[in-house]
Amino acid sequence: MMRVGFTVNGVRQTADGVWEGESLLYVLRERMGLPGSKNACEQGECGSCTVRLDGVPVCACLVAAGQAQDREVRTVEGLATADGPAAVQRAFLDAGAVQCGFCTPGLLVAADELLERDADPSDADVREALAGNLCRCTGYEKIMDAVRLAAARRRETV
Amino acid sequence: MDTRTPTTSVPSPAGPGPSAARGGIGESVRRPDGTPKVTGAFVYSSDLWHRDMLWGQALRSPHAHARILSVDVSAALALPGVHAVLTHDDLPAAQKRYGLEIADTPVLADGVVRHHGEPVALVAADHPETARRAAALIRVEYRQLPVVTDEASALAPDAVVLHPDRDDRRARRVPHPNVLHRQPIVRGDVAAAARRADVVVTGDYVFGMQDQAFLGPESGLAVPAGDGGVDLYVATQWLHSDRRQIAPVLGLPEEKVRLTLAGVGGAFGGREDLSMQIHACLLALRTGRPVKIVYSREESFLGHAHRHPARLHYEHGATRDGRLTHVRCRIVLDGGAYASSTAAVVGNAASLGIGPYRVDDVEIEAVGLYTNNPPCGAMRGFGAVQACFAYEAQMDKLAAELGMDPVELRRINAMRQGDLMPTGQRVDSPAPVAELLRRVRDMPLPPPLDPKAPDVRDLPGGLSNTSHGEGIVRGIGYAVGIKNVGFSEGFDDYSTARVRLEVIGGEPVATVHTAMAEVGQGGVTVHAQIARTELGVEQVTVHPADTAVGSAGSTSASRQTYMTGGAVKNTCGAVREHVFAAGRRRFGGDRPAWGGAGLRLDGGKVVTGDGEVLATLAEVLEGEEPIDLELEFRHRPTEPFDPVTGQGFGHVQYSFAAHRAVVDVDVELGLVKVVELACAQDVGRALNPLSVAGQIQGGTVQGLGIALMEEVRVDPATARVLNPSFTDYLVPTLLDAPAVPVDVLELADPHAPYGLRGVGEAPTLSSTPAVVAAVRQATGKALTRVPIRPEHIVD
Repeated sequence: MMRVGFTVNGVRQTADGVWEGESLLYVLRERMGLPGSKNACEQGECGSCTVRLDGVPVCACLVAAGQAQDREVRTVEGLATADGPAAVQRAFLDAGAVQCGFCTPGLLVAADELLERDADPSDADVREALAGNLCRCTGYEKIMDAVRLAAARRRETV
Repeated sequence: MDTRTPTTSVPSPAGPGPSAARGGIGESVRRPDGTPKVTGAFVYSSDLWHRDMLWGQALRSPHAHARILSVDVSAALALPGVHAVLTHDDLPAAQKRYGLEIADTPVLADGVVRHHGEPVALVAADHPETARRAAALIRVEYRQLPVVTDEASALAPDAVVLHPDRDDRRARRVPHPNVLHRQPIVRGDVAAAARRADVVVTGDYVFGMQDQAFLGPESGLAVPAGDGGVDLYVATQWLHSDRRQIAPVLGLPEEKVRLTLAGVGGAFGGREDLSMQIHACLLALRTGRPVKIVYSREESFLGHAHRHPARLHYEHGATRDGRLTHVRCRIVLDGGAYASSTAAVVGNAASLGIGPYRVDDVEIEAVGLYTNNPPCGAMRGFGAVQACFAYEAQMDKLAAELGMDPVELRRINAMRQGDLMPTGQRVDSPAPVAELLRRVRDMPLPPPLDPKAPDVRDLPGGLSNTSHGEGIVRGIGYAVGIKNVGFSEGFDDYSTARVRLEVIGGEPVATVHTAMAEVGQGGVTVHAQIARTELGVEQVTVHPADTAVGSAGSTSASRQTYMTGGAVKNTCGAVREHVFAAGRRRFGGDRPAWGGAGLRLDGGKVVTGDGEVLATLAEVLEGEEPIDLELEFRHRPTEPFDPVTGQGFGHVQYSFAAHRAVVDVDVELGLVKVVELACAQDVGRALNPLSVAGQIQGGTVQGLGIALMEEVRVDPATARVLNPSFTDYLVPTLLDAPAVPVDVLELADPHAPYGLRGVGEAPTLSSTPAVVAAVRQATGKALTRVPIRPEHIVD
């Protein structure tokens, strides 16, 4: 058993009694009270646990908790601001991209990262960037609409 | 591109006209659970946490059929952190089996395991890894038994019988004890009709096993209660059906088993059967501690019923001018080791087996088998999906034989309102089959590939760089399908809604309480819309779903907007009458208009038919007790199908969708890229157009999945599941999913609330055969099996 500490959404957090095999996902969900990152496959295939580790999107289920020691983790819980949901979150709501919502946190983190590095992605760029995030409800059309909408709104405000 | 055709001539059934209430029916109102779902605050069943909770874990059989000679739990119990280990011997009640219709499924294996993954023992421990390790320490000695895996082996003279003691109501009628249900449907004189046929085509088709692959794993939290009962928070499709099955095996009366719906991460039929519910309750009652169970993805694949794989044989005859003379078909559905909903799936496959076409002379036989394969049950489309793949392949084959355009052949034979189903049931609401086909055919086609410089990402194989345009052939295919809405065959299908109307802080507020399982479809949005429309209020709270209110039936069979939506509408109507009665008591003496007909609620006011405002709701209800009513709503009754002829008024409502698929195929490597998959569907009335489009697009892509990539592979020699993971079971990704333009038609069904038609399933039917037809056109291959594999194309 060990102690693990890292920064989550700007706040330093520690967890004690962590078993060496625990994933970053498990520690976030079960030890730090941050269950927003989802546990759909825990095999790195579905993207629903996507978080950013020092800015890089990763499947939190494939990262051992110890690997996050003293690093920066950003989860879906860190996207909203004091003013409410972030632009990309509002776009998902307005476009109807949320049904059951289980894929949504991972998609939001991945889409946010995409729009951060590419303000005007083509459809093919969006498809490639988000291909690691499975959605079973929407058929992806409204997710495409949401990312297009978020990108357009983002460009308007810049 | 979404288009929408306004509601046409058929008037809505009785009720107030459209209300001016903002956020009422017909608007694309945003989901009430949307903000928590995008911020990560929404609590799914796997997110539940309780102080002092333990983690439950099942041990599952590695064999598909085996006798259990011994079980030794001592090593597991000795592991520090383990609080309980349970086997069949520890079950507390005389009732040790459960099931949706037939209680044939053991809670824990009763000396025999009948499929790979059957639960044998349970562990509760203080950490999920401890629970997993303890389960691995349970020593089970098996003696393997022969397996039956298909019709030939299941019905062989010396076949192992899965349930030799079965005493269900079909047991005496079936031709073999491994036949769970057989439904023939016979109408007209097929032999005579076949003699009139100028052309006859036959075909044999195979439909692979599809998984619902909802993303939220089976999970929940059971909390032991002070009264000796248990409170279960769980992701399910039907709370009351769960409770009816859970309580007897716990040895508890139903009122001591209280269920609350936790957040549901998709369902698609896969949560209609129980999974971890009883196991969590048993462990909680044994340990006296809250117990949480969360399936891994592998366990999810092994732990819920899939879509039935099927083998189908069809014969279609037609005259030279393209009129169908007759159809004969035989559909064999593999139900696996336990009954689940197989009998109802058989009834659907049979009664919808020839599709939305006018044929007077029909012979259909559908059969559901018991085998040692994984149990199969409900999945979106429920028996109609398998048949649609085969009858639409047959229509294309017939068109080719006749030298006709496949859409034209379908148009000539398209069912219309007033036509008879093979069951003799008259279709008594709009059946715009030809119109839907015309609409998808007339949609603009996507541009052709740029032959000089195609973007490699648009090609089959994508960034694998398997082609830069060479060997790519485009194909276009069409299909149309028919699905029933609601529970059929005489089932007493009802929903309950409780509605409360009161004045809070001077404002009228409505609360809608149902047990409807919100699984993502947007029922919670629609319920609030209905209440706003019916009660003329803006503030509507949708109460969490639980068993404190009457049953809402299942979130399946495309039925919830019709049924629980209908119940909300119905109860709101009764609440409205109470408002009028209260108004008459208060003000009726002075204002005779209170006694007039045509009063309605609009914008928080009581309004006469002429638009005169009589009072505000606040004035009528101020100081009154809240109006609080709970009422049941039923659709019109149906009948069972006759066991010999299959005749009967079996279905409540039909729904129709058509697809056009455009594909690019790498004919050298057998890779397929679906370019576009357009859908036209009649929804009667779109209560929430944004949600309707989402249902159609989602169902369409699930149909693409079974056409091209999704299959639970079961080893035919051992009946073991070979690919229980998202690594090997391929769910369509954003790179596999095409553009899905949608054209929504709204032709009201006069029997249904607001004229609406269930939306969720029809788009899953015709999507698959449309994709296959397009690949067939591009390749010239027969393609009689789904999912299509590369070797079927390059052979």
